[in-house]
Amino acid sequence: MDQKLIVSSSPHIRDESSVQKVMSDVVIALLPATIGAVYFFRTRALILILIAVITAVMAEAVMQKLRKQPVTISDMSAVVTGLLIALNITAASAWWIPMIGSAFAIVVVKQLFGGLGKNFMNPALAARILLTLSWTGRMTEWITPGADAVSTATPLSFVKGQMMVPGNAPSLFDSFVGNIGGCMGETSALLLLLGGLYLIYRNVIAIRIPLIYIGTVAALTLIYSGFNFHYMAYHVVSGGLMIGAIFMATDYASSPVTSEGRIIFAFGCGLLTTVIRLFGGFNEGVGFSILLMNVATPLIERYTVPAIYGEVKKQHA
Amino acid sequence: MKFLSFKGGIHPPESKKATESLSIETARDPQKVIIPLHQHIGAPCQPVVKVKDHVKVGQMVGEAQGFVSAPIHSSVSGEVKEVAVRAIGGGREAVCVVIESDGKFEVHESVVSPGDYKLMESSEITKVIQEAGIVGMGGATFPTHVKLSPPAEKPIDTVIINGAECEPYLTADHRLMIESSGEIVEGLLIIMKAVGAEKGYIAIENNKPDAITTMLQAVSETPGIQVVSLQTKYPQGAEKQLIDACTGRQVPSGGLPMDSGVVVNNIGTAFQIAHSFRTGMPLVDRITTVTGTCISEPKNLRVRIGTSVADLIEQCGGYKETPGKLILGGPMMGIAQEMDEIPVGKGTSGILAFNENEAIIPDPVNCIRCGKCIDVCPIHLMPLMISENALKERMDEAEKYHAMDCIECGSCSYICPSKRPLVHSIRVAKSSIMAKKRQEKK
Repeated sequence: MDQKLIVSSSPHIRDESSVQKVMSDVVIALLPATIGAVYFFRTRALILILIAVITAVMAEAVMQKLRKQPVTISDMSAVVTGLLIALNITAASAWWIPMIGSAFAIVVVKQLFGGLGKNFMNPALAARILLTLSWTGRMTEWITPGADAVSTATPLSFVKGQMMVPGNAPSLFDSFVGNIGGCMGETSALLLLLGGLYLIYRNVIAIRIPLIYIGTVAALTLIYSGFNFHYMAYHVVSGGLMIGAIFMATDYASSPVTSEGRIIFAFGCGLLTTVIRLFGGFNEGVGFSILLMNVATPLIERYTVPAIYGEVKKQHA
Repeated sequence: MKFLSFKGGIHPPESKKATESLSIETARDPQKVIIPLHQHIGAPCQPVVKVKDHVKVGQMVGEAQGFVSAPIHSSVSGEVKEVAVRAIGGGREAVCVVIESDGKFEVHESVVSPGDYKLMESSEITKVIQEAGIVGMGGATFPTHVKLSPPAEKPIDTVIINGAECEPYLTADHRLMIESSGEIVEGLLIIMKAVGAEKGYIAIENNKPDAITTMLQAVSETPGIQVVSLQTKYPQGAEKQLIDACTGRQVPSGGLPMDSGVVVNNIGTAFQIAHSFRTGMPLVDRITTVTGTCISEPKNLRVRIGTSVADLIEQCGGYKETPGKLILGGPMMGIAQEMDEIPVGKGTSGILAFNENEAIIPDPVNCIRCGKCIDVCPIHLMPLMISENALKERMDEAEKYHAMDCIECGSCSYICPSKRPLVHSIRVAKSSIMAKKRQEKK
């Protein structure tokens, strides 16, 4: 036998999964909400989405060239970030808003910290917060779905400071399907849930994080309102809770890797979101909550290292 | 029926179809055997034959050195041609006894049945096993008599025969269970007598329903022995996971199965023990599965120790496409070889030939912290953390994440979507930590 045999250490077989497949699954899961955004907010949504995604991918390629690293845009992770940024802004945004957002997310939050998997914050959320703090007026210029696109308010602004849903607020059903004002991809809880089910089915995310996050918000708003189920449901389907709980709190890089840590993380997100929504200065608290928990992630991880098989309990003398 | 299991693990493609229903065939008589004098964990043997000696089947050619060692016997009758260093696979070399077979397979005078084990003391049983050169035939090749000689303060109450065969492709144990269930049960009874255990399990993954049925029939009239159906999941056949599944006990970190009152032996080992007691014949042959995409006619073969791997592949119709990788053992923990001119040893449970496409080593990318490696680790380690620290040469940190508890099953590397060399870097960490410990002792 004269041909060369490859010698490497075991295992000699690998699962067929890859980063590209995982990220593509996330893109697929975001498709219902993306299509929903285009349906509700028409061409302006489509243009903003394209700008966000193209900017993100180009920023990644340029940064990797500058850092003299292999260009890995085919792993789809920049597409996910760009798409999430587009879904996190209002359809009334100027064209340069998603451009700045995507560039900031990829260049500063992702690549400057080491690239894929090394970002300690969710890049899309960090970009959203940057944009909101820098251009608060433009970022909260909500419009109604449809061709008219007149100015409107988000469902959460109606319940702010209330202990029940006021009569003039958009209906719970409209809020659930997304026929309301808000960020392009946040509005339809239904379409986001569809994507979430797909991710769970594909084993990309565990049901735990979204379930605990949303469950915590539900439980706390229920208690706060004196068991007003309508009020609770309104909080659950409105604002960024669905997209945050399903697509952002589950971001691998910026959430704990341990399963116990993920539970604490999700609970923390839910608690902070409710506190900001009910008592804070903003109508919405999902973005800040997840970013705060992102920062707490290394600490959570340190205290949730799993007990190993056959671990001998430390003897205290 | 409830299927027992453990937490973690993976589901690689089983790839057993090609050979699982093929009866064991006896391999062609070898013209020549190359018998390595180091086929076990522990000290290598010293040769007790010299060039031009005439040897017979079952005659000792290598004498064990020390307690953790096992003697080596000739698998053919014929003339010793060489006692020299040869490649024995996995890039290793060892002194080998090269014997040219005379084709007669005369049995050596020392090969006589040691008598009924029921009338023997436990130490006598262990001695027979020791002299028969029996080692763990699942691949680890740890001398069996050492396993069966626990110190007095560690009583054994349970013996598990490992019929999980959780490695993909391999079907040697599967076929042995179907074709020689009586010997396996007898082997288990002998081991139970040797260690004074009352409870015996034969644990089989539920992807082998025919083996489960056969073994159930074989133990139907034997009290104290239970056939256990295990969920098909890798590494179900790892000692610690098997003990957990069968008894609910956990082997303490850093300890051995005997620390939890259990001894685990492979199907092939149990068969060999019974065979050696019935006939007196030491370990001179074994069953091995020759399979993989490149093998024309995959087979389960009974092979004399020392037969060349290249010969066996030829008997299986040769390579049907250019091989890219040749593995002794299973695809998860087996060892890749640089050539096929190597002898079959006591631990060769399988011979796999992969094509060039399957041999490609994927390029690793950054860890995305998906946590899949943690989910699948059967020891509940954090492979990504050990690996990250190991790659940055922070071995103290790696040790804090329990690197030394890793059983090197490879589940983490298998599942990693970033194709990171997780178990490989953990192995590096383990040997570095051990080297440091040895130095500190000095």
